[in-house]
Amino acid sequence: MQTSFINIENIRNDFPILKRKVHKDKPLVYLDNAATTQKPIQVIDAISNYYLTYNSNIHRAVHELAEEATLAYEATRDKVAKFINAKNREEIVFVRGTTEAINLVAYAWGRQNVNKDDIIVTTEYEHHSNIVPWQLLAKEKGAKLEYIGVDDNGELILDHLDKYLATGKVKIVTFSQMSNVLGTITNSEEIVKRCKKYGVRVLIDGAQSVPHLKVDLQKLDCDFFAFSAHKMLGPTGVGILWARKELLQNMVPFNGGGDMIREVHKYETTWNDLPYKFEAGTPNIADVIGFAAAIDYLDRIGMDKVREHEMELTKYALDKLSQMKGIVLYGPKDVTKRGGVISFNLGDIHPHDLATIIDEDGIAIRSGHHCAQVLMERLDVSATSRASFYIYNTKEEVDVFIKSLNRAKELFKL
Amino acid sequence: MSSADIYREIILDYYRNPRNYGKITDPDIAQRDSNPLCGDELEMHLNIKDDKVADVKFTGKGCAISQASASMLTELIMGKDFEYVKKLTKEDILDNLGLHDLGPARIKCALLSLKVLKSGLYSYLVDKLKDTASADKIKEEASGLF
Repeated sequence: MQTSFINIENIRNDFPILKRKVHKDKPLVYLDNAATTQKPIQVIDAISNYYLTYNSNIHRAVHELAEEATLAYEATRDKVAKFINAKNREEIVFVRGTTEAINLVAYAWGRQNVNKDDIIVTTEYEHHSNIVPWQLLAKEKGAKLEYIGVDDNGELILDHLDKYLATGKVKIVTFSQMSNVLGTITNSEEIVKRCKKYGVRVLIDGAQSVPHLKVDLQKLDCDFFAFSAHKMLGPTGVGILWARKELLQNMVPFNGGGDMIREVHKYETTWNDLPYKFEAGTPNIADVIGFAAAIDYLDRIGMDKVREHEMELTKYALDKLSQMKGIVLYGPKDVTKRGGVISFNLGDIHPHDLATIIDEDGIAIRSGHHCAQVLMERLDVSATSRASFYIYNTKEEVDVFIKSLNRAKELFKL
Repeated sequence: MSSADIYREIILDYYRNPRNYGKITDPDIAQRDSNPLCGDELEMHLNIKDDKVADVKFTGKGCAISQASASMLTELIMGKDFEYVKKLTKEDILDNLGLHDLGPARIKCALLSLKVLKSGLYSYLVDKLKDTASADKIKEEASGLF
């Protein structure tokens, strides 16, 4: 039942949804974790406990419920800071998700620092959330958006970065620490090192990496870092923007409203301290509190164990998949260079047809462009199928998946 | 609807050997659309002569359902009266495909071709025939498909 690294049986018992059946009697095989992960009972309980026993708005009121809620909300900030090894808790800004975090930077930092003819560098394997905000900014400012290409092994071509850096016009380089399609783990420290030589700012999209790898911001040494709770056992609607304190201090607020102010007068307002300057309005209190339970859960297992388990599972799946006739696998073959995300195409079966067929066997995978149409163009495909693993997936589930792929091949007479 | 019922021989055949695949040079109607959820793309070209469909072709990328649906639709309307084409409904398309109980995610694949056709007819009615009453009706039907 288990890989050698974690006790999956115990883990699976914590996830009520994994007990359900789909299509009447098929056990759920959930392999769409790169989209969102399932939630353990500890997270569900933390959210429900807040609503049942101490629901209240935070920061302002002086009554006991408000105090409890504020403490729980702010305790999450400390946990997040520790989890990614951030130096200061006030560098952790709660947002709705990775997308909002990146938009916040493009808006609040970008509009102050990117000007006409400047260059913004991103990569060909970005999610749309790390492309579109920069396109908007580039169009508004008359700046240029350039791409680091992807080689045939699914890795970034860092010579492209050097070429752009050498122009002296690059203001920010923004990239994903792990591709949501190829699974490629970016050589982030190397990119940051090269950017630092030119004094160029770096944003890292950690939406796919933080849930699966030990992330250490002190080692990474980037300027901005974004990720989402819901891809790491937490609830939807919570994301983190981490940024260097001095950058946050100089940035204009993204949203104006309650909680982000120090003093408001008729025509002038002074801003609250960090991070509250960037947290206007009543935040998603319940889900932030739920996120703390998700971090606790991952901490208990240990991120090294999570990684080892996923590497073993990915290797097991890749070995089996690569033996299938007519399969095209995307991304690095070496499991030390990739996460537990496997994109593929099988013969001429369109990914939507494939996903429909294997869904009948209870298997949830993703099919389509994965919000990465620039990469689809690069791979010269309109879509791929994608299976992605997490801590509760088993080798037996991989076997069910492979068996179902073979059924799809039979249906399509391949 | 089970996969075995969806991916019948005939659907696979139209997917792999699409009839009327290609483009018409200087067509009377050229219309393109895509499904933003899955990225399926479809472009249809038509020539209208003496109130009949004189020629129709399509190009596209997408799943077996969307591509077979488009190809079978071109066969259905080839040579037919313009009035007949104007009146085609969602049920006609699903009947033609033999697919009736598709789920909400996949029915869009089957109906993309009709949506493209109706949008194309709308432009034709407005620009060439100046028939805004029929055009508005078609536009409403197209937007009601999904």
